[in-house]
Amino acid sequence: MRAAFFRQFLRDVRAQKLRLALTLFGIIWGTVSVALLLAFGEGLRANVLKEIRGLGENIVIGWPMRTSKPWQGLPRGRQIRVTEEDMDLLAAEIPEISSISAEFSTGSVRFRSGRNVVVPQLAGVQPAFGEMRNLIPEADGRFMNDLDAQRRRRCIFLGDELKTDLFGAESAVGRYLYLNNVPFLVVGVMKPKSQDSSYSGRDNEKGVIASRTFRAIFGREYPNNFVFQVADRSKVERARNRVYEVLSRKYKFDPTDREAIMIWDTTEFYGFLDTFFLVFNVFLGVVGALTLVVGGIGVSNIMNVVVEERTKEIGIKMALGAKGRAVIAQFLGETLLITFLGGLAGFAISRGIIALVPAFGLAEHIGTPILSARTAAITASVLGLVGLLAGYFPARAASRLNPVEALRM
Amino acid sequence: MFARKNGNGGAAGTNGFLIELAGIRKVYRTGALDVEALRGIDLAVRGNEFIAVVGPSGSGKSTLMNILGCLDTPTEGSYLLRGEEVARFSPDRLAETRNRHVGFVFQNFNLLPQITAYENVEMPLLFRGTGARERRERVERLFEQVALLDRMKHRPTELSGGQMQRVAIARALACDPDIILADEPTGNLDSGSGRDIVHLFEELWTGGRTILLITHDESIAKRTRRIVQLQDGKVVSDEMT
Ligand SMILES: Nc1ncnc2c1ncn2[C@@H]1O[C@H](COP(=O)(O)OP(=O)(O)O)[C@@H](O)[C@H]1O
Ligand SMILES: [Mg+2]
Repeated sequence: MRAAFFRQFLRDVRAQKLRLALTLFGIIWGTVSVALLLAFGEGLRANVLKEIRGLGENIVIGWPMRTSKPWQGLPRGRQIRVTEEDMDLLAAEIPEISSISAEFSTGSVRFRSGRNVVVPQLAGVQPAFGEMRNLIPEADGRFMNDLDAQRRRRCIFLGDELKTDLFGAESAVGRYLYLNNVPFLVVGVMKPKSQDSSYSGRDNEKGVIASRTFRAIFGREYPNNFVFQVADRSKVERARNRVYEVLSRKYKFDPTDREAIMIWDTTEFYGFLDTFFLVFNVFLGVVGALTLVVGGIGVSNIMNVVVEERTKEIGIKMALGAKGRAVIAQFLGETLLITFLGGLAGFAISRGIIALVPAFGLAEHIGTPILSARTAAITASVLGLVGLLAGYFPARAASRLNPVEALRM
Repeated sequence: MFARKNGNGGAAGTNGFLIELAGIRKVYRTGALDVEALRGIDLAVRGNEFIAVVGPSGSGKSTLMNILGCLDTPTEGSYLLRGEEVARFSPDRLAETRNRHVGFVFQNFNLLPQITAYENVEMPLLFRGTGARERRERVERLFEQVALLDRMKHRPTELSGGQMQRVAIARALACDPDIILADEPTGNLDSGSGRDIVHLFEELWTGGRTILLITHDESIAKRTRRIVQLQDGKVVSDEMT
């Protein structure tokens, strides 16, 4: 039976060479459309997510501001200030927070190394900041550590671009530079990263020192803002609310006063992105699928012709006792085989095209398209569905032929 | 060697008939015009009968055979096959009946040209779901019966008319049917091959088969044991020879 099936298939192929070629082309074209559109969509999404994660994953930033509501006899408009020590309080009271750091910053410190002078952003942070905010040192260096903080060491960590401005191509780790004429030892240089969102300048143009050092040298008591990370993204919202509770209790402001602490929850943007890319990818998928449907109509058409040409054969098989479902299986099987072969070729071509993307230097702009398991599964499902629909109707028509009339052909 | 495995005549209805037709009418609706191909046929067939159905062209012989073979359903009347009312059969049950209880032999052979003689004979067994080993044994024995063992691997187009009809008879026998229905099986053959085919039917009948043969040919009809004559969709005579 199987041998007979393939022989029959080959015979049909020979009899319908041109039509079959066009049909296969339609299926291949459709498969390539679906696979590539989805792959590029996914690549773009990964690229954007990577840029965003430059800021760190599941990061929330809080800025103490002025109260906007009166509270227990206290007027509105009071300036709220938190301290570096409050970070320990928040970490202790809010188990959802996996990492937290105060952040001091200034943009008015002169950096000098030899003849190179720059006035970049300078941040004073706690050691947890580095990992949390994705400031990863190159192999020869390190980030601020607890000892730097305790001893208020004059150590500095440089963004990669800032390092180039100050030291050129030379290695900077172990060398000194001057901040307003105070010497600082470079202990690490940041690995380059992509980052497209920021709140006080991009990390690769920044200098970072320990917050204790910052406070000692610049005489600052209150950090500009604080940054925390929540390992489980679904718990970010709860952690945010708890921050208001803990701080409002300590500083006596209305816990519903969202203006007292301004919060930027970067994970809200993930949610937006997820929705955006879902819609975007569904759109691309639908466009591709429609192309595939057009190919499917071609297959359906060819199968209708095949059924018509083989009416006599169907009649004979019915007279020998073939049930409707045996007839359906035969024609559906042939359709699925055509679709499968077209789909296979389409996949191969898609892979080829995707492999060529880096060669054209496009990856930087559009990301690297990803032919993920999901993309493959979606494409295969659409393909299978198209094949089933394309084959089902001609096959059903064949199975409903009147055997007497079919035999008369 | 032509004996049926399950003895004489196969399962029959309660009163000993394999087939019982009562008041069978068949009306073809072709646009405005209704053609009444069968106008009330009563016919009973026992196991191991050898019947010729004769009559002028257009008298309804093929229509009758299609109904007997469950390829077509009557407009009216009752058809009991092995005591069961065929009108109540589902399409699948009809297909199963064609597969297991009926063997067709056509005037124009109706072999599938793109597969070998062997595969043609094997086909009903595939639809029946017979296992590979049993299929092979059975098909080879059938080719032995019709004396075509040396032509098994040939395509129908490489065979003579008489050989093709023998392959078709082997195929009709594949699932050990209760009745063989042959619609002018010698109509496309030269007289020599025609005689061979009739001889083969006689052998099958002696071996216990039930055969209903449609023919134009007086001399062939005379070699059967019962002649049913149709005219204008009615049985006008039904005689033992
Ligand atoms: N499918 C059909 N549609 C309309 N009329 C038909 C059809 N099949 C047979 N007939 C008519 O029914 C009558 C009997 O046909 P048939 O059984 O083929 O006769 P026979 O086999 O005896 O020559 C004829 O008048 C024929 O024209
Ligand atoms: Mg006829």
